[in-house]
Amino acid sequence: MSRELLSYFAKRFGQLLLIVFIAVSVNFLIPRLLPGDPVQTAIAKLQVSGAQQSVDVQAITNAYRAKYGLDQPMLAQYINYWRDLFHLDLGVSFADFPETVTTKLMNALPWSLSLLAVATLIAFTVGSVLGALLAWPGTGRGIRALVPGLMILTSIPFYLLAIILVYLFAVVWKILPPAGGMDTTRIARLDAGTVLDVLRHALLPLLAIVLGNVGFWALGMRSQMVSVLGEDYITFAEAKGLSAWRVFFWYGMRNAMLSQVTALALAMGSVLSGAVLVEVIFNYPGLGSLLYAAIRGQDYFVIQGVVLMLIVALAVLLFVVDLIYPLLDPRIRR
Amino acid sequence: MSAFANLRRGLAERRISGTLILGLSILLLIVLISVIGPLFVDAHNATVGAVTPRRPPSAQFFLGTDSQGRDMLTLLIYGTPNTLKMGLIAGFIGVGLGLVFGLLAGNFGGIVDAVIRIIADALLTVPAIAILVIIAGNVDRMTTNIMALVVASLSWMFTTRTIRAQVLTIRERSYVEVARVNGEGALEILFREIMPNLLPFIVASFVGTVGSAILAVIGLEALGLGAIEETTLGNTIYWSQQSAAVLRGYWWWWGPPIVVIALIFLGLFLTSVGFDRFANPKLSRRA
Repeated sequence: MSRELLSYFAKRFGQLLLIVFIAVSVNFLIPRLLPGDPVQTAIAKLQVSGAQQSVDVQAITNAYRAKYGLDQPMLAQYINYWRDLFHLDLGVSFADFPETVTTKLMNALPWSLSLLAVATLIAFTVGSVLGALLAWPGTGRGIRALVPGLMILTSIPFYLLAIILVYLFAVVWKILPPAGGMDTTRIARLDAGTVLDVLRHALLPLLAIVLGNVGFWALGMRSQMVSVLGEDYITFAEAKGLSAWRVFFWYGMRNAMLSQVTALALAMGSVLSGAVLVEVIFNYPGLGSLLYAAIRGQDYFVIQGVVLMLIVALAVLLFVVDLIYPLLDPRIRR
Repeated sequence: MSAFANLRRGLAERRISGTLILGLSILLLIVLISVIGPLFVDAHNATVGAVTPRRPPSAQFFLGTDSQGRDMLTLLIYGTPNTLKMGLIAGFIGVGLGLVFGLLAGNFGGIVDAVIRIIADALLTVPAIAILVIIAGNVDRMTTNIMALVVASLSWMFTTRTIRAQVLTIRERSYVEVARVNGEGALEILFREIMPNLLPFIVASFVGTVGSAILAVIGLEALGLGAIEETTLGNTIYWSQQSAAVLRGYWWWWGPPIVVIALIFLGLFLTSVGFDRFANPKLSRRA
């Protein structure tokens, strides 16, 4: 491995650590900067709402005292906070006391991760190929006619698209389930029935995220591809008599993809934000729904836990994209 | 007269594209409806229990009523300006902050540049909703103005990046060099030579920032963290979700706000695409 590559990785890893550091510090600081005692407020609100009659206020207050030690100086609290994090101790849920936040997160994470990963992969691939085709002179009118549709899809926030999809597929046509991760009566086992059921429930959220994103990737790819196709090496490749497909994929798309991957790194944050809301619309059992339930139930530690998890998961994902990048762009490798 | 002449020249040179005109017209129409609309509807109908609940669209209620007995058309007419207002406030503050940081970073370089760039890059890759949830969740009594401030706190990074990059290239142009040799001070160069050339980028950033701010606002509102007591488009959708309006088939409840939101975003999107061409005439010659 060359020195440039090594320093590239070191820089990216530094950025990963920085994001995690900012996330943890924000999570720690903001509740303390605002007036009032956040957990006391949360508990007071819980009592007022009367929704959680079973809540043992004393036990929660004790758990909270033990965790934060608010009588200690700020710096000691901050160090304490980091130490708990390294022990994966994110506190306990108020709503489902004494279930730990870590357990809740671990139950929700696979749902979110698989949904987001598959949806992004599909949207990114389909969008990029479509965008490249739109820039290609030989593409037919049928595909070009998609452009206005793509523009409209890009402009609608995709959790609003989700609402429309639920209405069409689950209410009007009744062919797909409107909500949930699988049938409420089903006992999860690793068999064909369960897998099919899970897939059936994932289809609409998946469609919402894919439709909402495909236009963004297609339009980005189109403008990249237009400028790549104007390069001299394309003219040269055509003059050499290479087949159209080879020029399209190997000379055109491969070079235009570089900025798409860079854009992927920048866009993932907003994709994740949107996916969180899509989960809420579909009541999909991932991090988004967990966050929503926690906000509604003033479940303080769970909110903090989900937020931290979202930021860290995204930072790790970006780091992985950064690791792949040198494979695509040999200039960094050298 | 000169503005009109400019417009005609722009049209003749095909710098002002149909896209830009369409985008601006959509936005103008929405603003117009939010300004004139209140003259035609009774504000009282937007309060809970004012009209018969759960009515589909009819001659009496053009867009039907929700299950709390509010007239949907009135809700839309009073909600749209509130949503636009939050986007505009957040847009102004976000672009203002972004401009200041971008100028600082691009102009002074060194440690200032490094710190601003690293923080902006890190924040750009963080899912905004995560941080906004923490801030908004800790606000005692949310109002639309506070909401705009909350969203503005994470709306400056993109502008900062754009402005910084532009300042770096403009600084190297020969006319800046000439100004420097002529003895203009650093501030003079900044405001007389560099700033005018940044204008198109500031406008473009503003359009983008308003869009993402409205997106963030509606997202927070959908999570129930909005200014619950005020009428906005996002809150209308939140209430429709709370009442399971989709599953119960009350399409007139969530449909119209989605259409208005989509139109706002479409207008902003077309404007920014069209403005690119306006600010960057090379693009129009190629297409």
